[in-house]
Amino acid sequence: MAAIELSEVRKVYAGGVEAVKGVSLTIPDGAFCVLVGPSGCGKSTLLRMVAGLESISGGTVRIGGRVVNDLEPASRDIAMVFQNYALYPHMTVRQNLEYGLKNRRTPKEEIARRVEEAARILEIGQYLDRRPGQLSGGQRQRVAMGRAIVREPAAFLFDEPLSNLDAKLRVTMRAEIRRLQRRLKTTSLYVTHDQLEAMTLADQLVVLNAGRIEQAGSPMAIYEKPASLFVATFIGSPAMNLVPLDGPGASPLATLAGPGKAKQTLGIRPEHMRLLEGGAGVRADEIVLDLSVSGVEVVGAESYVTGRLANSGPEIAVRVPGYSHLEPGASVKAAAPLGAFHRFDAESGRRLELA
Amino acid sequence: MIERDRGGRIFAHLLLILGVLIVAFPIYYTFIASTQTIQTILRPPLPLTPGGEFAENYGQALFGGVGRIGGVDVGTLLFNTSVMALGIALGKIAISLLSAFAIVFFRFPFRMFFFWMIFVTLMLPVEVRILPTYKVMVDLGLIDTYAGLILPLVASATATLLFRQFFMTIPPELVEAARIDGAGPMKFFRDILIPLSRTNIAALFVILFIYGWTQYLWPLLVTNDNRMNTIVIALKKMVSFADADTPWNLVMVTAILAIVPPVLVVVLMQRWFVRGLVESEK
Amino acid sequence: MPKAAFPNKILPYLLLAPQVLVTLVFFYWPASQALYQSVLKEDAFGLKTEFVGLSNFSAILSNPNYLSSLQTTLIFSVSTALLAMAPALLLATAAEKVVRGKGFYRTLMIWPYAVAPAVAGLLWLFMFNPTMGTFAYMLRAYGVAWDPLLKGDQAMLLVVVAAAWKQISYNFLFFVAALQSIPRSLVEAAAIDGAGSTKRFWTIVFPLIAPTSFFLLVVNTVYAFFDTFGIIDAVTAGGPARATETLVYKVYIDGFVNLDLGGSAAQSVILMAIVIALTAIQFRYVERKVHYA
Repeated sequence: MAAIELSEVRKVYAGGVEAVKGVSLTIPDGAFCVLVGPSGCGKSTLLRMVAGLESISGGTVRIGGRVVNDLEPASRDIAMVFQNYALYPHMTVRQNLEYGLKNRRTPKEEIARRVEEAARILEIGQYLDRRPGQLSGGQRQRVAMGRAIVREPAAFLFDEPLSNLDAKLRVTMRAEIRRLQRRLKTTSLYVTHDQLEAMTLADQLVVLNAGRIEQAGSPMAIYEKPASLFVATFIGSPAMNLVPLDGPGASPLATLAGPGKAKQTLGIRPEHMRLLEGGAGVRADEIVLDLSVSGVEVVGAESYVTGRLANSGPEIAVRVPGYSHLEPGASVKAAAPLGAFHRFDAESGRRLELA
Repeated sequence: MIERDRGGRIFAHLLLILGVLIVAFPIYYTFIASTQTIQTILRPPLPLTPGGEFAENYGQALFGGVGRIGGVDVGTLLFNTSVMALGIALGKIAISLLSAFAIVFFRFPFRMFFFWMIFVTLMLPVEVRILPTYKVMVDLGLIDTYAGLILPLVASATATLLFRQFFMTIPPELVEAARIDGAGPMKFFRDILIPLSRTNIAALFVILFIYGWTQYLWPLLVTNDNRMNTIVIALKKMVSFADADTPWNLVMVTAILAIVPPVLVVVLMQRWFVRGLVESEK
Repeated sequence: MPKAAFPNKILPYLLLAPQVLVTLVFFYWPASQALYQSVLKEDAFGLKTEFVGLSNFSAILSNPNYLSSLQTTLIFSVSTALLAMAPALLLATAAEKVVRGKGFYRTLMIWPYAVAPAVAGLLWLFMFNPTMGTFAYMLRAYGVAWDPLLKGDQAMLLVVVAAAWKQISYNFLFFVAALQSIPRSLVEAAAIDGAGSTKRFWTIVFPLIAPTSFFLLVVNTVYAFFDTFGIIDAVTAGGPARATETLVYKVYIDGFVNLDLGGSAAQSVILMAIVIALTAIQFRYVERKVHYA
């Protein structure tokens, strides 16, 4: 058990490209930390630097208080689960699980005990003598996790472990990883580009963009108070609606601007708005927006109605419970609570708080 | 096939049988001759079925020694040829595995320089540089040694290129997983890379064994001592049409014995051999 | 992302060392010696050498013996390549047609690959030599003046047949692989378009295996150039009267028998140039083959 501490970690490739530009982050002992961001944001590079698979160009990485910058991956007391599983194809499942322990000269009885236990936890006991090629994707993923578990490491590292699974299996495995981590209480660092996966798994969520941390915190804290326009649009689906205050159709919202003279952009999440249909009234703490419907997406339990603000303004999505019968071209009014708006500096993208 | 073309199929079978007969006949002919007395051989036409001298001829050739090639028995020749063929096959596989491993799984200065240095040797068979290579052998004192028979033929790029190509298909995550599992490069090489390359190694072994066994020019040059001859060279030395006392029955036995081991290797390891051949030339 | 690599600094050089060492000693050193020798002339006693520039080359290229050897090599190579490929293609097509016994035929067909060229030459010589060859005996009985040991064209015929015989297996395997890789749907489409089986072969199958055929043509030519030394030496020793003296055989004779070091080295250099050209053609073509596949 150990905390992972990154301080001012940098990665510069030989060609001069700076993939990670000074990341400082502390993952407390036993926490599940998820790094999320678009592809190319440096999240995998960061993970691989913690693993020891990439050299560290600057800053320090500590695992359990020990600086590991110059240690081989095997000496860092970590275990990793790869996207394509990376199981040894010529070894049986049992041999795959045993390999790392044998290389560490773990006593035979101890190896047997740990393999038994991992097999029990992951329910892969009946596959122990098969080769990876004879297993399904989900089973291989379990074996890959088993290989990490038997090591009883100070930290688990996950590199997009669910991306190769189909949608349904991904949901099951996600829950399973979460349960497993709660049970073992092993510090975990998990990389994904899927914000839903990130939200559901993380104790600590870290949003990365262009080699820097945009925001770190609990998933709900980030969801409720995104620190920047980038985070606001990256976390949450469908994305937060944005209205530049100097843009078309924004005049009714001018009063909502925050302090300061900078140009501002307002944001509001689709689920915080409602359509004024069938004579529903407007409350005092709401503001009304005129939308011309451009599309309707029916998900099943709910629908998302998108419409242009004041004909020429930005597109705004509104969540509607149940099935919406609106047709494109229709005019509709939407109400939004004043308190649900987020304010951002349009230039820097940073969040503005009301005084 | 598209039509249930019975006539065509029968014709195809006939064609194949004819092909097999032509392909196999010279070997059969020689085998027949190897079971006859020298008198029968010298009085054509040769009978179409084996004669009664099988045990006598083969026994004498294998263990008795053949006068024309300095009294060396064919057993010794087979041993020499086996050493040469195995040495070339195993030596080439070993050094190629190592160098391909270095080129694919490490990053170091002059990596591509070494790659090209090896690659260029692909273009120059030993036949085109015989004389200077021979001089090198003399200078190094390798005439009439097994090392002299083997080493110059071990330097070739084909096997290295083949392994390089195969290694590049191995997912990089496998290397990373192994590093996290505490396997250093040599452990990875032994525990993961070699087992994964088994099929390629088997295929290459067959091709290189044949290559080594069928060498002619090189063993001709580097062996002066009859005791160091390979079977192919000795066979050539035994044959003389000008000479009345060529032991034709023993010549035929030697020819058959020169053919059988490599044919066995090819036929028994056919599956790997065919795959390896067609792949290595791509 | 760069390919995963081990961080060791010294180890890769150690791993490369055996191959690099063998290559330097047995390849680069002799090859550079050949280049060096090719511009020198040694006197009859090997006491003095002098730099003669390209005169060894001009001497060779104006030597009628060399030019006739070049011609011999071309005739030999082209005949061998064609004779080794045509029956192989025919047999491979037949093997594609049969349903049963494919493996059986293949097993019997691949033997000659394992036979050393020199031994292959001797096998044919056993059957066709005038002293005791059954076929020589039969030819004579039919009134053919058969004696490959004295008649140049007959000697050439014999080495060509022996060389081609050995190579049929190899070509057969490649043609079978090429035929198997033709998408069945193409042939079926042609059949629906009303093409008969012969027409299908020439309009669909043959163009599709053309890359393989071209590849085999190069390989067989290289084989005939270099790997047939054993056949020539065992069957004719370049004779009679130089009728079967190929370029490689001549390098050997001039170097080891006539001890003309400069001339032999210059011939080696010319041969190297030929091999490099053939290899380059092959590589260019391999790229194209990927397109077809």
